[in-house]
Amino acid sequence: MCLAVPGKIIDINEDKQHATVDYGDGIKRTVNISLVDAKIGTYVLVHAGFAIQTVDPKEAEETLELFREMIREEGG
Amino acid sequence: MFSLRDRNLAREIISNLKEKDLSLNFMHVCGTHQDTLMKHGLDVLFKECGVNIIQGPGCPVCVTTPREIEEMILLAREGKTVATFGDMIQVPGEKQSLRDLRGEGCDIRTVYGIEDAVDIARREEDREVVFMAVGFETTAPSTASVVQQHPPENFSILCCHRTIPEALDAILSMGEIRLDGLIDPGHVSTIIGVKPYKFLTEKYGIPQVIAGFEPLDLIMAVWLLVKQIEKDKPKVENEYTRAVKEEGNIVAQKLLKEVFTSTDIKWRGFPVIPESGLILRDRHQEYDARRKYEDILSKLSGKTFREPPGCRCGELLRGLIEPQECPLFGKICTPSHPVGPCMVSVEGSCNITFKYSKRKIE
Repeated sequence: MCLAVPGKIIDINEDKQHATVDYGDGIKRTVNISLVDAKIGTYVLVHAGFAIQTVDPKEAEETLELFREMIREEGG
Repeated sequence: MFSLRDRNLAREIISNLKEKDLSLNFMHVCGTHQDTLMKHGLDVLFKECGVNIIQGPGCPVCVTTPREIEEMILLAREGKTVATFGDMIQVPGEKQSLRDLRGEGCDIRTVYGIEDAVDIARREEDREVVFMAVGFETTAPSTASVVQQHPPENFSILCCHRTIPEALDAILSMGEIRLDGLIDPGHVSTIIGVKPYKFLTEKYGIPQVIAGFEPLDLIMAVWLLVKQIEKDKPKVENEYTRAVKEEGNIVAQKLLKEVFTSTDIKWRGFPVIPESGLILRDRHQEYDARRKYEDILSKLSGKTFREPPGCRCGELLRGLIEPQECPLFGKICTPSHPVGPCMVSVEGSCNITFKYSKRKIE
């Protein structure tokens, strides 16, 4: 139920409320984007047909780097 | 593209935790967290570190009450088209599930989301379509958005939305189990942000970390909780910053406020939890199935609905037992013949445990 899947917006419909989201591996779906500020190329988390949040793919690498630093600094 | 993988870092944190001689109980409230824990054998690894992680009431399908299921069954029997998520239609009611009703000619539709149910109402104008809206703050904005868009008159909603912070408050105030920390749900938090959890730390002094769904997210969440405990500085930390913003999703929060008001509601396995349910505000009452079909649903008033005989889902949802402690688990209760909702839902603890019961831990 609370499962959300990330995907990339590749097209926005004329109604501006819906967009085509590419989940990779050729899977595409129409998604309601009214809850997020999204443009073509934006990555979103999709749950039950709605984009619930935008996601910054670069953030994952930054988070990892932060974790590495924390572990190094505090050493547990 | 969003993966958070670093095997060496994960190993380093785990070995660091193992050196600490811990004896801690943490609770999470998300089926996806449970799936990550079991799929990757993290539950076993954490136990070796002295950290026991329990799934609480974090499965919307599981916490939906027998009464709510009977409401949908009654509406279906009265000729309404009932639409809801796939897991929901399989949850046994007192005598049968919504899926069983299909065999009696009732019109039960499985949908991916609420917009699919609205499409059915638009396409089939002669049908009265009722959408059973289950789900936490992750799902409730989709319901709110649809209500704001004025769906057709032959569409209504049986609102079963519930909110997570109030349930965590209930768990902590009941004090049935000792909890040393909470792993807060990542996707709920994309909507509500960080602030709504803070009162729990203020009230109970409990450490909290909002976590994502990769193995490393959970390993890091455990490590951050342990650090908070060691420093004796409980707070709410956000580990899942790539999706959870401090303020959450403001558009969604505004919609929730406009469309819903909070109400006291019972959760399966729990007594009534104050202010933990969402109902449609009066100005949207034409979409409220409980008002629209008040005459039909009044047949259920005063009735009490029992849990399935022998089913221990209630205790499981309160974190008191593990699936294997239920005598029905894996014997008469299996995913193909579920007795209780925790075996039906892919987010239910029993279903997940059954799925990975033959796993090998690397």
